[in-house]
Amino acid sequence: MKKLLLTGLLGLISLASASAADALLINGEGATFPAPIYQKWFSDYNKANPSIQINYNADGSGAGIAAINNETVTIGASDAPMTDADLAKAKGGKILHFPTVAGADVLAYNVPGNPQLKLDADSVAGIFLGKITKWNDPALVALNPDAKLPDADIVVGHRTDASGTTFVFTDYLSHISSEWKTKVGASKDPGTKWPTGQGGKGNDGVAGLIKNTPGAIGYVELTYAVQNKMPFADLKNADGNFVTASLDSVSEALNGAKIPDDFRFSMINAPGAKSYPIASCTWLLVYQQQKDAAKGKALVDFLKWAYGPGEDEAKDLDYARLPSSLVDRVTKAIDTIKY
Amino acid sequence: MPTLTDLPISTTPVASHDQYAIVNSSTSRFGDRLFYSICLLSAITVALLFLLVIGVQIHGSKLSFAAFGWKFLTSSQWDPSSDTESYGALPFIYGTVVSSLLALFIAVPLSVGTAVFLTDLAPLKIRQPLVSVIEMLAAVPSVIWGLWGIFVMVPWLNGNLVPILKKTLGFLPIFSGPCIGGSMLAGGLIVAIMILPIVTSVSREILRSVPDLQREAAYGLGATRWEVTRIAVLSYARRGLMGAAVLGLGRAVGETMAVTMVIGNVAQIKPSLFASGYTLASVIANVFAEASSDLEISALFEIGLVLMGVTIIINIMALLLIRAFETPGSRRA
Repeated sequence: MKKLLLTGLLGLISLASASAADALLINGEGATFPAPIYQKWFSDYNKANPSIQINYNADGSGAGIAAINNETVTIGASDAPMTDADLAKAKGGKILHFPTVAGADVLAYNVPGNPQLKLDADSVAGIFLGKITKWNDPALVALNPDAKLPDADIVVGHRTDASGTTFVFTDYLSHISSEWKTKVGASKDPGTKWPTGQGGKGNDGVAGLIKNTPGAIGYVELTYAVQNKMPFADLKNADGNFVTASLDSVSEALNGAKIPDDFRFSMINAPGAKSYPIASCTWLLVYQQQKDAAKGKALVDFLKWAYGPGEDEAKDLDYARLPSSLVDRVTKAIDTIKY
Repeated sequence: MPTLTDLPISTTPVASHDQYAIVNSSTSRFGDRLFYSICLLSAITVALLFLLVIGVQIHGSKLSFAAFGWKFLTSSQWDPSSDTESYGALPFIYGTVVSSLLALFIAVPLSVGTAVFLTDLAPLKIRQPLVSVIEMLAAVPSVIWGLWGIFVMVPWLNGNLVPILKKTLGFLPIFSGPCIGGSMLAGGLIVAIMILPIVTSVSREILRSVPDLQREAAYGLGATRWEVTRIAVLSYARRGLMGAAVLGLGRAVGETMAVTMVIGNVAQIKPSLFASGYTLASVIANVFAEASSDLEISALFEIGLVLMGVTIIINIMALLLIRAFETPGSRRA
């Protein structure tokens, strides 16, 4: 009886290891912002296709770019498109960008009574350059005549860690303020170049800072602010309308954005009556020429699935999905992958 | 860094080893040899670990040292943007030193006062419960102190203590300017709370080791309770108490999570304690996980090296200070 059990157990173990060995392993690495949806995609895809297993290591956009450049992963992921300088370092040839989902940064705040505030480009730039320092500054009062703004100091909150969220926000500031562009510029972590403000680590660090500091304002991801029920400001967009950040207004911005054929684009201040101005896509990065035929085929199959059933999952996880016109263009680009 | 055993903490006199030397069968000699080897191995492992850490730090910071040299210590720039990349440690060194000294300034008098109360003044019944309470403070994790700091201490500081300080001592540069959100004061205070238990328990051990003869002699001379404490106890144990403070300082310098959560994380050098600061340990905790450029990672390794250096320098200075205070009357307790 014991022997039988033992053989059975051994059989089970060998079976388990055999199936693990048979599964084709594909590694991905990079951005943390889309990690929840990527992980769901990879797990759902694995359930439908047990022979393919994709691992994802969410350790930041910078790490994702470095990993794809050094060919240590098959799939890289980044919240910002690779620069020409980054692309020049790629060891495996041409890298393709595939935008997957989009998100937004919002300006969350903590003002007594928390009235719904409206901000425009000049006032946002003024606050983050340290020029508007009081909540009852005439510029803010003019935008919000109905809100009772107190005579209190404005405390700016920003991220201390390098992050795609910071890049999107500083990119926005660079678009709207030439002073910001020359003094600070768009960066994942401006470090000591931040003109004013206190730092917190991660979305939760900045959110904590805002929640616990009367008079604070800072940028956090839209989904984070919504899930934590933080008040955030309506922003004046390129068309001159005040827009509340939402998945819909981000999708509107995607519709309005001009997108080149290599899909490296910024959707900051995208035109459109309902476009939210501080929005951005996130990208998967893969080599056009795949060295491993089996992996290459599996990758293409997965990408096609991602832009079909995968995109439908975006809204449940608080990401803005791509408009169908863009999905069509991306699908065509997937066909250019060679293996 | 001095370890517990380096510090002038007294132990009751122990008989010399020879007294216990056993001359016996060969099996016990083999046992002794085994025991010796095991202990030696442990000691070597610890030393090796230390060397390994230093080695990795030095190796990791090569790139940064090549790029910035000694300017790394004097520059106030921390700029990871790829086109203008440049790193310097000065604001972090300043933040670490100031927050640690502030912590010490608050914690040592409190700790010594508590220790005196526990050894000489408190009724026997409440001594043990009080000791347990203090030791429990030491068991609270850093991040919990940080959360408490954010939710309770910082709002209280900025709403109550800071206005009073401003009104009474506002003319001093260290109490000037606005205090909003995290500040050096908050960082120093949270570290002070965190080093209280260790400084208190070490101080208590030292005061307990002061011979009763000392106290009795002082009483015999007609001294009051305060005079007995001052002349016979504190003065006698001065060197040991300083050792306790050094131990606390060592902890304060490396304290990370709780400080990071309340100090504001702004790399600047401002004389006011109300301004935000940034410490060496905090910048590693905040930046390392997402750092991507090789130079930035290397600069963070160098920050780690600087942190070790600061710890060693502070400890050496403290030990020198202890030696300077050593008067003929106060022996190594």
